[in-house]
Formats: sequence, C-alpha cells, structure tokens
Amino acid sequence: MSELTPSQTVGPFYAYGLTPKGRAHWDPDGTYSWKETIGSNLVTPDVVGDRIRIEGGIYDGDGKPIPDAMLEIWQADGNGRYSNEPGSRRLPNTAFKGHGRSACDKDGVFQFDTVKPGPVPGPDGKTQAPHIVVAIFARGMLRQVYTRIYFDGEAANATDAVLNLVPADRRATLLAKKQGDVWRWDVHMQGDRETVFFEI
Amino acid sequence: MSLIYPLDGLSAYPKHLTPEYKSTVKRSPTKPLILAPHTLSELTGPIYGHDAIQEFDNDLTKQGKSEPLGERIIVHGYVLDEDKRPVPDSLVEIWQANACGRYVHIVDQHPAPLDPNFTGAGRTVTDKNGYYKFVTIKPGSYPWGNHYNAWRPNHIHFSVFGHSFLSRLVTQMYFPGDYLFPFDPIFNSVPDPKDRARMISTFDLENTIPDWALCFRFDIVLRGREQTPPDLD
Repeated sequence: MSELTPSQTVGPFYAYGLTPKGRAHWDPDGTYSWKETIGSNLVTPDVVGDRIRIEGGIYDGDGKPIPDAMLEIWQADGNGRYSNEPGSRRLPNTAFKGHGRSACDKDGVFQFDTVKPGPVPGPDGKTQAPHIVVAIFARGMLRQVYTRIYFDGEAANATDAVLNLVPADRRATLLAKKQGDVWRWDVHMQGDRETVFFEI
Repeated sequence: MSLIYPLDGLSAYPKHLTPEYKSTVKRSPTKPLILAPHTLSELTGPIYGHDAIQEFDNDLTKQGKSEPLGERIIVHGYVLDEDKRPVPDSLVEIWQANACGRYVHIVDQHPAPLDPNFTGAGRTVTDKNGYYKFVTIKPGSYPWGNHYNAWRPNHIHFSVFGHSFLSRLVTQMYFPGDYLFPFDPIFNSVPDPKDRARMISTFDLENTIPDWALCFRFDIVLRGREQTPPDLD
C-alpha cells in the first residue's frame, strides 16, 4: 500500500508563486516582481525544431472561461528527444527543457511558444505521433487533469497507440488546428465538446 | 532506471467531482477518463537544478526591506517516492497567505492588511537526500465563498516535481490540531482520514530553534517507484 501525499487544489491565488510574469492581468502593474522559473516560452536559441505558437481557451461546464486555470506542458524537441531521458537517447547538447507553464487571462486564454515535437517511442516498439502532454490545474480542481495535444493533419495520428484508445468521435478534442500563425487548441471541461482526459 | 506508477495509490487523492467544494461541479470531467499506457512521454519529466533558485528564495522572511509581521516558523521535510526513497533535485514551490490571512493577489479582497515585507512565495530544490527547508511566517485563516461562514484552515500551498510528469503534485500543508478541519470541504475532499492525516505537518520540537522559531515537519510522498532496468530505450 503506497502512502501518497494527497493532491489539493492549486486555488485562485497561485500567481505570485507560480506564474509571476505570466498573463498576469491580476496585477495592476503588469507583472509581479519575482523572478520566473517556469514560463510559457520554451524556445531556446539552440533548440531543434520548427517554432510554433499554441493558443487556446479553457472553459467550464457553462462554457464560461476559467481565468484562474494553469496549464503545464511537457514535450520532446523536433528530433523527438526529451531533455531528461534515461539511457542513450538522452540529448545533452541543448538547453531546451521542453517544459512550460501558462497562466490564463480573464478570458481563459493561455499560450505557449515552443517547437513542434518530433515522433517519440511508444508502446510495443512503435512510434507515437508528435504530441505534447498537458496537466491542468485550477481552482475547483482538486487534482490535475491530464490530456494531450496532437497536431491536425499529421499522418502518424492514424496509427498512434494512445489516440486510438479514444473513441473516434472524441479525438478531435485532442487536435490542435492551424489557424494562421498559431495552433489553436481549446479545453472544454464538460459538455458536448468535453476534452478527453486520461487516467494515467 | 525505470519507474512504475501503480494507479491504486491514487485512491488517496480526492475525486475530481466533490460537490461539497462547489467549484468542482462545473470544472470536473463528466465523461469517464480514458485509461492510457505510461509511455516515454509520461515517464520522463523536467529537472530544475539549483540555477532555478536564488538566495533567500527559501526564506520568506528575508525578501522585504525588513521582517514581515507574524509568527516566524521553519517548515522542512523530505520529498520521497512511493518506496520512501528520497527524490533529489526536486523543485519545491510554495505560496501562502500572510499572518492576517491575506494573499498578494488582486482577486483577494479579504479586508485584512497586506504586509509590505511579505509576498508569501518561496521556492527551493531538494538536496541529494530529498531534503528541503523554508523559513516563513505562519499563515492566517481566511474566509471564502463556498458556503455561509466558510473559513480555510491555516495552510501553505506546495507544488512539487518528482521523477516524471506523473509524479507532479500540487497540494496543501496544514497545521496540527486546526479547529477548522471538520468544516473544510477541501481538506475533507480526501476520503480516508488516514490519507488526510498525511497533509498535516507535525510540530517538530527537536528542530525548533530556541528563542527564534517554531518548526514543523512535512514529508511529501510522490507517485512512482524505482524498478530494476531495462531502460526505456
């Protein structure tokens, strides 16, 4: 029997501690004075991969924005390598961390500047389609929900092991869609378009 | 090294939907979660080294022009995995109300004074033994809108990174003997009292510093346990 420390909600007041520079409409002066450790711009000068911007909104069961949500993403670089891999695939020659955190503004909008991840190893020796794993925290969430961002139009989506666990009529909730210069990906906590969340 | 993450330990966590905490009603999934395998994407995670922190980030009494008001305390403990092995190099972030129960946040309109010498935010990285330590001020209770005359027990918010993205934990540390426990739906969202007890720090007389500060001990157990190789690649 494991004895995990239980999860509790991030609450509404995390901005100074977790996202002091991020979309902080909360603060009349623009940002809090503290140094940021984890931000929404993941790009480093040496990173391998095509620069992309991901933008979206997060909405509750009434379709209202969730302004006090916080999203964290974790991804591989353009070559499909994670910054902290065990074993020989480890990629030590780049500062790219592949981890980001975005607060939301009053309209529930979040945003990440990053690179498009490459394909990464998956179950049974197969390759996973390019994707980003996401953890979402908010007031009213007692524990994080986990989901994934895939990229619309990617041929490898058809054979991705995780995406294929999702009923076909719900897969679109995981697909970011190209709109001009940004990849648009919204999160609906409930309703007809409820985003797929994973038990992992 | 590879790690496994049994799902059964998650029974200690609250359910997403906990109607007594009203904000969960419109913010929790209604469709069943989809059970997914733990791939390389879930079994890796970021590491933040000591370059992520600056001097006094872990001493919330030294971030202002002078000392904040309130009861000075030490909060320390170990970050551990499910087998109680230390988790080294783990970024630990905290945030909390000041001694009067007020946060530095524009949405917090509780009519209690802000303290110009207290932001309530701290961070540190665990050492090779998984040990962390903060010096801070004991946070005050504050009212919230969940139900009539609702007050939060004293607490410090913790955000912790472990071995992987699955180890990620955001929680709250409480203080022993709080009279508000029976009335708090967030604390009581954890179904089993034995699990709830692990969110309560213990008073640590041995590490209390005479004539200076009370000490509280709070160990944090994250998902994940070490397993013998093979490696993932």
